[in-house]
Amino acid sequence: MRKIDISEAEQHAVEPLHHVFEVNRREIFKLLGAGLVVGFTTRSLPAQESGRAQGQRIPADLESWLHIAGDGKVTVFTGKVEMGQNIRTSLTQHVAEELRAPVSSITLVMGDTDLVPFDMGTFGSRSTPQMGPQLRHAAATAREMLVEMAAQRWHADRGKLTAQNGAVTDPQTGQSISYGELTAGQKLVKMIGGNPELASPKEWKIAGTSLHKVDGRAFVTGAHQYTSDISRPGMLFAKVLRPSSFNAALASFAANGADKLPGVTLVHDGDFIGAAAPDTETAEKALSLVKTQWNAPHQTSEAELFDYLRKNPVTDAGGFGGRAGQESGSVETAMVSSAKTLAQTYTVAYIQHAPLEPRAAVAEWDNGKLTVWTGTQRPFAVKDQLAEAFHLAPEKVRVIVPDTGSAYGGKHTGECAVEAARLARAAGKPVKLEWTREEEFTWAYFRPAGVIDAKGATAADGTLVAWEFHNYNSGPAAIETPYNVANKRIAFHPAKNPPLRQGSYRGLAATANFFARESFMDELAHQAGMDPLAFRLKNIADPRLRAAFETAAQKFGWGKQQPSPDRGFGIAGGFEKGGYVATAAEVAIDKSGQVKIVRVAEAFDCGAVVNPDGLRNQISGSIVQGIGGALFEAIHFQNGQVLNPHFGNYRVPRFRDLPRIEVELIDRKDVTPMGAGETPLLALAPAVAGAIFSATGMRLRSLPLAPGPLTLKKQNQS
Amino acid sequence: MPTVKLLVNGSERRAETAAGESLLSLLRNRLGLTGTKYGCGEGECGACTVLINGKPLRSCMAPAEFGAGKKIVTIEGLAGGGKLHPVQQAFLEEDAFQCAYCTSGMIMSAAALLAATPNPTEDEIISHMNGNICRCGTYPRIMAAIRRAAQGGKKS
Repeated sequence: MRKIDISEAEQHAVEPLHHVFEVNRREIFKLLGAGLVVGFTTRSLPAQESGRAQGQRIPADLESWLHIAGDGKVTVFTGKVEMGQNIRTSLTQHVAEELRAPVSSITLVMGDTDLVPFDMGTFGSRSTPQMGPQLRHAAATAREMLVEMAAQRWHADRGKLTAQNGAVTDPQTGQSISYGELTAGQKLVKMIGGNPELASPKEWKIAGTSLHKVDGRAFVTGAHQYTSDISRPGMLFAKVLRPSSFNAALASFAANGADKLPGVTLVHDGDFIGAAAPDTETAEKALSLVKTQWNAPHQTSEAELFDYLRKNPVTDAGGFGGRAGQESGSVETAMVSSAKTLAQTYTVAYIQHAPLEPRAAVAEWDNGKLTVWTGTQRPFAVKDQLAEAFHLAPEKVRVIVPDTGSAYGGKHTGECAVEAARLARAAGKPVKLEWTREEEFTWAYFRPAGVIDAKGATAADGTLVAWEFHNYNSGPAAIETPYNVANKRIAFHPAKNPPLRQGSYRGLAATANFFARESFMDELAHQAGMDPLAFRLKNIADPRLRAAFETAAQKFGWGKQQPSPDRGFGIAGGFEKGGYVATAAEVAIDKSGQVKIVRVAEAFDCGAVVNPDGLRNQISGSIVQGIGGALFEAIHFQNGQVLNPHFGNYRVPRFRDLPRIEVELIDRKDVTPMGAGETPLLALAPAVAGAIFSATGMRLRSLPLAPGPLTLKKQNQS
Repeated sequence: MPTVKLLVNGSERRAETAAGESLLSLLRNRLGLTGTKYGCGEGECGACTVLINGKPLRSCMAPAEFGAGKKIVTIEGLAGGGKLHPVQQAFLEEDAFQCAYCTSGMIMSAAALLAATPNPTEDEIISHMNGNICRCGTYPRIMAAIRRAAQGGKKS
């Protein structure tokens, strides 16, 4: 069997780049004062390197490190960023757990490329499974060093000492010394490597418990500074003149007096036109004077979208093309000899992340060094983008990511940072650029649209015997089926030059592939005359997926109520990124055909739970966000223009759309924790589609399912 | 540039404004009160909500001069005497946020609701808050926080 071998990183279109981490031992102590530093790399270090190093440089492939200061304050450095997924809090819990130090003594420095080790980015639900164990290992190593230091100081048996609450104690003598006192005046560095072996989640005391957002107070008082809130001395405000449509080239330009306005810096560089001024209004006024002409090609519109995606596959072997297949057995033979066969097509629309904080950047040049504050999931990639754009050496660029107003996969790139930096260089002053909502809707990128063809066959007893699944354009994430089937063919067909700029979105194509797969499973169940849940359980091998379905079904009360024309029930589930999810949904449909999701029960298993309340928040939030993509979110576009770039005509879930949500965590203390920011979103849409079918008999095979009222058959309107 | 005189969070403030400048821009860019957020500039998301004479207002839609002579409260001025407003406290207790970019606007809208309707029904909360968007989907927690604040800080 050929495997679908497109890695997570490739799907996020990440270019891996190697960085040399330039902070040496002396600089660390200059930065943070004397104390203890423990660094972590995934490479196995030779024994002499892992001891107490004298004057050694931090290895280039360091992935995280922590510092304990003389006052007991712990500072942890990681390239991950916080954008609402609450990783600042859960990583703090990991450190507190292993270091045995109070949560309040720990601060995380995140996403500052001058201070933190290289990190590819915060995506793909990797922070919990990767960064969590690294920080635990570093913290555990620091704790052991501190115990050793106390033992030496007291000439005590280290085996009898305990570490707790930021101090080492000798229970026999009752004497106690804080971590700060132990490290004060010392300059100790320890590098560790390899695969950490850590305490079992069963023994967790701080991790595994619910903890409020560590800096929640800064958010409820408005004190937290997002990128758009940052101000620098002498800072100007900027605006960018956007092209007339996508892929338009600038044909002519005339400043027309814009550059003569007092305080205005106008930049025209290639196709880039922007203005910086003491206030936004003046920058806008300047751009309104500029005269431009653009040449734009004719572009594929929404009406031709699905036809285009199917008919324009990438033919060369580069990128995703040519190697995205999986085959076993013979689908053809099985289809011919099966009791029942079925074929269907599903589609998903382009949608926008629409993070509530639009892209923003503050750029400042100082003696040839560029510093940019911006909200991005990939600070080091944006650093490279800036270095490339301005022909700078890497050490001449610093990117700082303040905790960000969400991203959902939509903030991998740094175009806003580049624009602000270009204007700041011209103005000779710091510049802030905040994209408008319309710019965010138009000039950011989109979740790929897609077409999915599914074919399948069942035996007389409901056993799935054949499965063929082709995804055009939307992506290969979760394209494989978690159900037992001997004969299958699964392939991803990327489209050439898709009409909109597309990229990562929370869950990637797993949402599309879950929707098509689970909807098709529903149709096969119906054809086989079986209950949708019973049909799935009959064909599931994985006990964790089975447990997720059974837990969700029980929580929901599956099968207890009969569907009626105004009330329907659906269930769907699957496996992705180490998480198992099952979601049951109840919909209400009024006489006018309006669909409302009234109740959702979801079971989720991502291994050992690090922060139960934080996880519930993520799951519930995923369900709410998923309502948009399931029922009504879609980007409308025509010939290179987005037609609905406003919250007024791009509907997102609001309070009124809220169902009753019941979340059941399956806490597997015996399994390493995995991420939870994406998978809980995936099964809602097919569960809702199944629920609509159970009420109305209508199979809706396109996302969004019900952007307006359904056209009901007569009997439903009576 | 015209100068606008305002009463913000109990202090008299003056600021120069540009033609066509919004009250949101004045608060954020002239007075440094950045707790009030830009989300859409079209009154569709509620991130910019402030209180004007006790009533919620989308500050992105109001011209800067609209604030002249009126009593304005922003998120920075909601806590009093070192004590958080009950709605702020309830948001902390319920962890009623993820990225928290919507939080200022949510809290201001909720504070206005409870000032006018101290014990709102579920439907009253939904209809009052429906103009505020949370893209992270924390609406259930925000509802719980509003109920908690309405009940003197006790979980409902």
